[in-house]
Amino acid sequence: MKNPLDSLGQTITLGVVLTIVVILLIHAIA
Amino acid sequence: MELVSFDWWLFCMRWLHILCGVMWIGHLWYFNFTQTPTMPKIPTELRPGVAKYILPEALFWFRWGAMGTIIFGLILAGMNGYLGSAIKLGIGDHSTHNTTIGFGMWLGTIMWFNVWFIIWPNQKKNIGIVQATPDEVRKAARTAGLTSRINTLLSIPMLYCMAGVHFY
Repeated sequence: MKNPLDSLGQTITLGVVLTIVVILLIHAIA
Repeated sequence: MELVSFDWWLFCMRWLHILCGVMWIGHLWYFNFTQTPTMPKIPTELRPGVAKYILPEALFWFRWGAMGTIIFGLILAGMNGYLGSAIKLGIGDHSTHNTTIGFGMWLGTIMWFNVWFIIWPNQKKNIGIVQATPDEVRKAARTAGLTSRINTLLSIPMLYCMAGVHFY
């Protein structure tokens, strides 16, 4: 199976998804 | 604002933190957005020019940019008085600001660790500073490349937290 990190597009998409997760965590904690 | 005031030094630390951060993330994105995707398109006989001359120089500014960013960042957080709260992600402090900057600091710290303890040791084999067999060089280049991609991924939420903290 190909590693998604080999694709720059998928890396950026995962980065955006992680950003949304972080925003939700910030609002859940604070 | 006096030149020797606390506020000026606070601004100065923020300025140095941002300067080093641009140096670091600029090189990270150069590797991931420009160099890595372009390498397969470069004629084989020209590739050593990148590997022997551009890469070692870029790695120097990349890793020391990372070091400067974390040092000035920690000084800045200490001077601002939120270092302890940010380390524990502002839990129990009911401060969105400290939780946000805390996530940014942890993401940045993971990225700094990746630079100095995974990417650089493996790149030393890749650029020939450390002797390694061709198989070890291939594995080291792969590990460094994937870790660099992880840092590109982490840089997106990290920069949201660093820039977005002023929103809260």
